[in-house]
Amino acid sequence: MSLFWLVVIVLAIALVGYIAGRARALASAGGDMRDLHSLPVYYGANVAMKAAVPAFLILVLWLLVQPFVVHSNISGMIPESAVGDGSSLGLVMAEVRRTAEGLENAVASGQMTDDFARNARTDFNDITTRLKDAGQIVTSQITQPIMRAAQAYRIMVSNGNFYMSIVVLLAAIAGALWGVRETSAEFRARNTVERGIQVILFSAALIAVLTTLGIVLSLVFNTVEFFRLYPAMDFFFGLTWSPSFSGRGGSSELGILPLLWGTFYISFVALAVAVPVGLFAAVYLSEYASPRVRAVAKPMLEILAGIPTIVYGLFALLTVGPMLLSVFGDNGLGIMKAGTAVMTAGLVMGIMLIPFVSSLSDDIINAVPQAMRDGSYGLGATKSETVKQVILPAALPGIVGAILLAASRAIGETMIVVLGAGAAARLSLNPFEAMTTVTAKIVSQLTGDADFASPVALVAFALGMTLFVVTLGLNIVALYIVRKYREQYD
Amino acid sequence: MTDTTLSPETSPAAAGDAAKPKSLYALDDLTRKRNASEKRFKYYGLGAVLIGLFFLVVLATAIISEGIPAFTRTIVEVEFTLTQEQYDAAEKELFKTKAYEQFFINALQGQLEESGMSVPFDAKAIERIVGKTGGTIREYFKANPGALGAPAAFELAASSRVDGYSNGRVTRETLTDSRFLEKSDLDIVDALVETGIIKTVFNWNFITGADSGVDNPGGAGIGASVVGSFFMMLVVLFLSLPIGVAASIYLEEFAPQNRFTDMIEVNISNLAAVPSIVFGILGLAVFIQFMHLPQSAPLVGGLVLTLMTLPTIIISTRASLKAVPPSIRDAALGVGASKMQSIFHHVLPLAMPGILTGTIIGLAQALGETAPLLLIGMVGFVARGYPDGFITGFIEPNSAMPAQIYTWAARADYAFYEKAWGGIIILLVFLLTMNILAVILRRRFERRW
Repeated sequence: MSLFWLVVIVLAIALVGYIAGRARALASAGGDMRDLHSLPVYYGANVAMKAAVPAFLILVLWLLVQPFVVHSNISGMIPESAVGDGSSLGLVMAEVRRTAEGLENAVASGQMTDDFARNARTDFNDITTRLKDAGQIVTSQITQPIMRAAQAYRIMVSNGNFYMSIVVLLAAIAGALWGVRETSAEFRARNTVERGIQVILFSAALIAVLTTLGIVLSLVFNTVEFFRLYPAMDFFFGLTWSPSFSGRGGSSELGILPLLWGTFYISFVALAVAVPVGLFAAVYLSEYASPRVRAVAKPMLEILAGIPTIVYGLFALLTVGPMLLSVFGDNGLGIMKAGTAVMTAGLVMGIMLIPFVSSLSDDIINAVPQAMRDGSYGLGATKSETVKQVILPAALPGIVGAILLAASRAIGETMIVVLGAGAAARLSLNPFEAMTTVTAKIVSQLTGDADFASPVALVAFALGMTLFVVTLGLNIVALYIVRKYREQYD
Repeated sequence: MTDTTLSPETSPAAAGDAAKPKSLYALDDLTRKRNASEKRFKYYGLGAVLIGLFFLVVLATAIISEGIPAFTRTIVEVEFTLTQEQYDAAEKELFKTKAYEQFFINALQGQLEESGMSVPFDAKAIERIVGKTGGTIREYFKANPGALGAPAAFELAASSRVDGYSNGRVTRETLTDSRFLEKSDLDIVDALVETGIIKTVFNWNFITGADSGVDNPGGAGIGASVVGSFFMMLVVLFLSLPIGVAASIYLEEFAPQNRFTDMIEVNISNLAAVPSIVFGILGLAVFIQFMHLPQSAPLVGGLVLTLMTLPTIIISTRASLKAVPPSIRDAALGVGASKMQSIFHHVLPLAMPGILTGTIIGLAQALGETAPLLLIGMVGFVARGYPDGFITGFIEPNSAMPAQIYTWAARADYAFYEKAWGGIIILLVFLLTMNILAVILRRRFERRW
């Protein structure tokens, strides 16, 4: 039974339960609604809730757990010898899954009988060609262990799906029956339903916590795995980044320092562009601009923040890079070798951050009480003197928080540096040289052909962990400062 | 604004000059200096705003001027008749496609001469301009034997260099002779353009097509990845809106004041600032490595983007719930509604415009997100075709618009760069539509209490 029909049937059971519950409640009150504790819909909703919610919960949990169980069982079946040189269990398992899917599809399209797919012990060349004939993608020659595993895989999955359907349907029916049975005129249906809804609302709020937990766990487990293969000291203090994709990446040097240097250098350039421009723009818009100018200029600036980063990346690669190259390149000053450089990425990232800095600072400057301005004007200060000597000092903590948030943005930015900063990891002071960042390397390590279990791929998780910790630290400090500051004038 | 005699710095000077009282209209040095610095400061601010707007204009011009060529393509249109005898003769040849190519060249020559142009050219030059034509023609006649003997019109795509020449990317000055195109070929191209054989048409394939191979920039289209983005947005909408609203209602209306609630709130504000690439790592590790969901599937992309969009939606939903005045709640409770009823029957409908606006803005953000999609395998070259059906659209490998643009940008071929800019125009059109929708919604339905 396909998942779609299972969901539809559970929903149908819930609907029938709704009607039954409502009817039973009305009947128990002798058809007079006034004798019921709650409105009739609540009796219906109570039954529907008891039918659907536990059933869907079981369904989701089963779907999450089943692949995990099947995977660990099947990978136990594959003998060491089946995992060839230069291959890994993960690759073999992928092959097994593909074969199983191929069998499934071949049966579904009628080119193979179910019995044949289950029990074939015949010539494996034959099966490979038959699968290929059936239009299924089978990469290599299917060997006996793979075929066995694929058959077992297919049987386990289909059995699992069968049991899942039964359990889910039973849960739905049992829930519906329970709901109908407890329905009577005195039953406090509204309270029950509302309590149920509150639990659902709470679990929705819990998803935020689960996401953070998921991020931390996925980073921690893979990072620990990485540090088992590669010494942590070399990672944190290594001065060279040169992953070698050949073999298992044994000769790779994976030092994070050049990447961190590139990250901070580019972020610094970006902030050097964004902070002065953004801050002056915020001061101008909140203190000088007429309401009409403000109504036009502020949304226009904020458009810059709404543009996807891929657009900025392309802008850096194809417009800003060549432009800088024509000025600083061999035809100009001769200090720039290629269009992709720290300056290119930093400049474009700075443009992206201008509205971020300006609108945050704008909010903060606006939060400075008018009385402080009036006091300063009353003493004879000019507007600029008021801004420099009263407003900015008062808003300083908030502005620092805004800058920290912008810095965390800059450090975590990916597409601009992937396209604009280059791919070479180096420790250099020249801002016109190509450098690379933590985020750019996460992308390149995980989108390459490297095996998931090798250090050159796993290093991405350690990089991600570093990135996560750094940005989280900046965010927490920044949010703390901003919140503290807001309270000051509330 | 400032009164000179009142400013503390000038008063001693004024006292010293008691004999000769100064007019208030004559500015002294210090005032002039202060006024100048005031003016300067103001211009710095104005300059900063103008710099920001200048960048916006530069960005917009770059996108439009570079992207427009992606929407046109250059075709070579030739009409000729192939008789049954010619077909049979060609099929007997050793190099069959070569024979067909000769027919094509003859027809081309004929059409040129008809309009009084005579430019000498050889098969090699034609091959450089339209690629190998023989195969296409042969396939056409093999598939439609009925077309033999009647005039058939062929629309063949010009090579990417010729395409570049017709939209200004390649000029006579920048072109270097190579096996792709030679300077002398441009004379032929000019002649063909003049006779109307080579012409520029609107490139529908760019909007409806799928990604092509690395060697065929002309055939690349963004349609398939638009579909991928669409399925992703469906997942994001149907997961993040209910979950976000439910979480906001809980936090805003029911959550007790305790440490656990605090933890949830801190979590949400931190998640809003976690770099998007980290969500990609989460998706890779949890959805693909751990749960074994299919790689490159819009479903997985949608799940990752849902987690990313949730904080945005929760923050805006809570703001709109908070904006509903307490008198509404009190009135509902006063006539005997339960708390749940007061929220679902009164507060939520009133907050709905604000919630929808926030959701659309969150969706627009998710639509432009690239980095996490790359990690879960939704790169451009996966988008080779449309999904077969609605359900398979969620699980079949596909790409998304921004990832497709990235793939083109990474191909380091000028013809693909053009496609990338064109893709950005399409992406921005979608984003603009969504944002305008959000603004309209806000203007129309938002109530100020």
